[in-house]
Amino acid sequence: MSRGRDDAPGRRGTTRRQFLLGGAVAGVGAAAAVGIDYAIRHPEPQPVAAASVPLNGDVIVPFHGAHQAGIDTDAQAHGLFLALDLRPDTDRDGLRRMMRILTDDAARLTQGEGALADTEPELAVAPARLTVTFGFGPGFVDRARGQAPAWLHPLPAFGIDRLQPEYCDGDLLIQIASDDPLTVAHASRMLLKDARSFAGLRWTQQGFRRAHGTVKPGTTMRNLFGQVDGTSNVSPGTPEFDEVVWSADGWMAGGTGMVIRRIRIDLDTWDRLDRSGRDQAVGRFQSNGAPLTGTDEFDEPDFAATDAIGFPVIPEFSHLRRARSEDPAQRIFRRAYNYDDAPAAGEISNAGLVFVSFQADVDRQFTPIQRRLDELDLLNEWTTPIGSAVFAVPPGCAEGGYIGETLLA
Amino acid sequence: MNTTKKTLALRAGILLASASLTLAGCATSTAAPATQATAVAATADATAAEALAISDAWVKAADGGMSAAFGELSNRGDDDITIVAAEAAVSPRLELHETAANDAGEMMMREVEGGFVVPAAGSLTLEPGGNHIMLMDLSHALMAGDEITITLALSDGSSLEFTAPVKDFAGGNENYDGDMDGEMGSGH
Repeated sequence: MSRGRDDAPGRRGTTRRQFLLGGAVAGVGAAAAVGIDYAIRHPEPQPVAAASVPLNGDVIVPFHGAHQAGIDTDAQAHGLFLALDLRPDTDRDGLRRMMRILTDDAARLTQGEGALADTEPELAVAPARLTVTFGFGPGFVDRARGQAPAWLHPLPAFGIDRLQPEYCDGDLLIQIASDDPLTVAHASRMLLKDARSFAGLRWTQQGFRRAHGTVKPGTTMRNLFGQVDGTSNVSPGTPEFDEVVWSADGWMAGGTGMVIRRIRIDLDTWDRLDRSGRDQAVGRFQSNGAPLTGTDEFDEPDFAATDAIGFPVIPEFSHLRRARSEDPAQRIFRRAYNYDDAPAAGEISNAGLVFVSFQADVDRQFTPIQRRLDELDLLNEWTTPIGSAVFAVPPGCAEGGYIGETLLA
Repeated sequence: MNTTKKTLALRAGILLASASLTLAGCATSTAAPATQATAVAATADATAAEALAISDAWVKAADGGMSAAFGELSNRGDDDITIVAAEAAVSPRLELHETAANDAGEMMMREVEGGFVVPAAGSLTLEPGGNHIMLMDLSHALMAGDEITITLALSDGSSLEFTAPVKDFAGGNENYDGDMDGEMGSGH
């Protein structure tokens, strides 16, 4: 994940969305709410009695707020992305009814309660930082008879794309993320049951990171290439993050733009590349993610540095060099997940990245970066985008409100 | 959640002693922040309705015919509260049902005699397969996400009004004793 450059790995800035610890902590003292970030940043002395270590399953991410959760939330171990298509008879009033129901489900489930009419409320009791985030595709905004942001359209076709329709587009996106896969499955089942009258499932993508507790919170994820992935992200809770991510326009104020790209990686050909070739392709050392001009993951890359025979140390064709822009407007916030699905007959790998990025303006921030990577990026040799979708993620809501009310009310 | 003041004439044969009944409306419980349909009604004097609350209320979606309402009733007073009837604009006839074994040992739904009793400082759960409020002869389809307003008449003449969201629900298809026709809707 992300942090300021001068922070050491494993430490991160405070996010505005503090996690509330329920259940187990309630017995410790009168205050049932503890900022977990505080505990992470101040490992010693122990702020609470060591006698009671709260279960991660009890950790709750607040649902209500100015922004939807699941964006500036430190990425959970498991992510599920559901894209739905609206039924032909779902009109503006239907959208309103659907979003009220889905919002109520999400508000309850993320707080560790069963949804209304939940037939398996026992599966809801351990949210493990569950978040549910909704995004609207062009078809949703059109059905709502709303004004779509100018950037809400499929990305332009890129030369490297080999898109499969079954992983593209959609009217409604539901991102469900938690440190517990059983919790994700239950939330998904509940939300899809309640959406069924209004919309049908178009595609599903499931992804994972390290399990909770395996590495220190805030450690940058690794993808299945073995690379440290996401080092230069902006940090939640900073002015830079707010500027990169949150929209200020109309019904989208407090919301953001979401890009989801399914990127297949060819591990069989990647295997043929030796370690130095891998480092050159990326521009970073696979060992610790440091740029080829540095020693620490968060060292700033020196693109001017040259080797003994005058070639740039960080090659011009490397992913790091091609992705980096001099234009501060061209920044995005990445929140990806790995996938490793069942291989086709006769193969041993079907792996890749569910690339997810949030940015206030997809056209202005994301597309120029992707265009540069499309033109030249050695990593393209082993990566193939096979899915692509863009959604408008509306702002959060207060208690009693619902997600999408700024568009539908 | 809406706050309403209205005069009710409950068709269950209860003649309200006072000509008008003021319902001071729905307040979301602080104990259950995500609860949408929590209602507490109060009149000027201490009434049963003042001590009664319902949370997590919902109504099963139906294309027509009949449906049912569920929720968690709680009584914070010192006396038992009896719910004697229910009324809603979407149905000319609401019935208070319980689910119990018939002579053959099958679980059947039937109208509860004497109404629902919510014990003092206790609660009563209305749920599929158990106690519930039947909505008969629906005037129109109940669509998921609709909000339905239901008024409960209590034995002391006071009443509790609450709103409940409609949800699609596949279960709750209980058998009926006697000659009831129609069947529970299964969404739209």
